[in-house]
Amino acid sequence: MSDQHNMRLSLKIWRQANSLSKGQMVDYELDGVSPDVSFLEMMDQLNDKLIKEGKDPVAFDHDCREGICGMCGVVINGQAHGPEKETTTCQLHMRKFKNGDTIVIEPFRAKPFPVLKDLMVNRSAFDEIIKAGGFITVSTGQAPDAHTLLVPKGDAELSMDAAQCIGCGACVASCKNASAMLFTSAKISHLGLLPQGQAEAKTRVLSMVEKMDELGFGNCTNEAECEANCPKNISISNIARMNRQYLCSAATHPTM
Amino acid sequence: MSYLLKYVKTSIVKKQLMAASGLLLCGFLLTHMAGNFLIYFGPEFFNTYSHKLISNPFIYIAEAILVLIFLSHICLAIKVTLENRAARPEPYYVSVHSGRGATLSSSTMPITGFIILTFLIWHVVSLKYGPHYEATYNGVVMRDLHKLVIEYFQIEWHVGLYILAMAAAGMHAFHGFWSAFQSLGVNHPKYNCCIRFVSKAFGVFVALGYSAFPIYCYLQGGN
Ligand code: SF4
Ligand code: FES
Repeated sequence: MSDQHNMRLSLKIWRQANSLSKGQMVDYELDGVSPDVSFLEMMDQLNDKLIKEGKDPVAFDHDCREGICGMCGVVINGQAHGPEKETTTCQLHMRKFKNGDTIVIEPFRAKPFPVLKDLMVNRSAFDEIIKAGGFITVSTGQAPDAHTLLVPKGDAELSMDAAQCIGCGACVASCKNASAMLFTSAKISHLGLLPQGQAEAKTRVLSMVEKMDELGFGNCTNEAECEANCPKNISISNIARMNRQYLCSAATHPTM
Repeated sequence: MSYLLKYVKTSIVKKQLMAASGLLLCGFLLTHMAGNFLIYFGPEFFNTYSHKLISNPFIYIAEAILVLIFLSHICLAIKVTLENRAARPEPYYVSVHSGRGATLSSSTMPITGFIILTFLIWHVVSLKYGPHYEATYNGVVMRDLHKLVIEYFQIEWHVGLYILAMAAAGMHAFHGFWSAFQSLGVNHPKYNCCIRFVSKAFGVFVALGYSAFPIYCYLQGGN
């Protein structure tokens, strides 16, 4: 596409030196943004400009830039991963914006996600939740034959839907309560629906929820903004599944 | 006991207790509305019904249980709301709804809840503990609640505030009813749309059904 389509944008970006300092919104003007580039490429363009001007570039997280790793993620104009449905920040394209637009870019905000620098947040809290029970115990050695364990088609489908979660944290960022229920429930469903996940099913839901609460995430109020902003369209039916499994496990767990 | 307490404190069980108490309160809304409904059958019918209700000794137990349900719902709501605020200490510069999740009803639950609580106190003080009139039917002296409510709703702002509070109650139930099922884990593609529909219909029914009473009383013109 020719240069005549290039856009001039006003950017308002959260700048914060480190987790201890106080941040603020800073205005930038960026000219010559092609509608063909991705949102992160636009950020690269801004950073090139800042570096040339001898200024500190804006720090943001990213890795695969293919929408599969879950590393990227900022709040764009008040929405986690921006305005497009089922799309990560790296897969969002500048053609979704117009010449002259003002774009407000902020980090994912939650107490358990402290800002490291600018738009980068520490999402290790998710790792803590996984460590608490987001795994299965398997025997090492030879890989088992396919179909040794039979999985009903319906369960496999639901489990695979939940397994799509890339752990980006947009659910927490877009929840007004900063609740991590969508992420946690996706992991619980993903493992708990399969026969391999049965042995630890009760312990898993109890431990992961306990960890999630301990880390300071908020309480779910069933508004479904998480589902709406999730780049992988993880359904809140997973949260309902976690809720009922929690109740059952709390009532019947032999030791916890 | 400590075993129980540990679970009661978790995010999930707190919400489940709110859900259970909320659903019980929905039941109370319906029975209270059914009682109010008798006002359309005239003073004698209404007064004898309410006399039977308040002269039954079990009413104290029922009221105590009701207060307990209200208090647990309110206390949990306050706790949950404060925790949720604390979970996001730094607010967003801009924050918009996606349009695919939150609704006006869902995002105003603490506000409508607060309106209902304020109304509740006013309602109990001005009616239950309000002026005492007496009427006699078949030789039985009883409280003339019919006269009290008709008189009470001759004042326009009483009618206005009552309707406002009932709109808030309807809005609260509009999201709350469905939300309770989700918190308890009742969610299945087979019946999700049914629960959602019943929830919305219930909210509208509560708002309209209750709002009809003060209007009716007002139109009685102090007879
Ligand atoms: S549930 Fe969705 S929004 Fe939340 S971490 Fe997983 S992929 Fe991201
Ligand atoms: S950078 Fe990997 S999902 Fe966006």
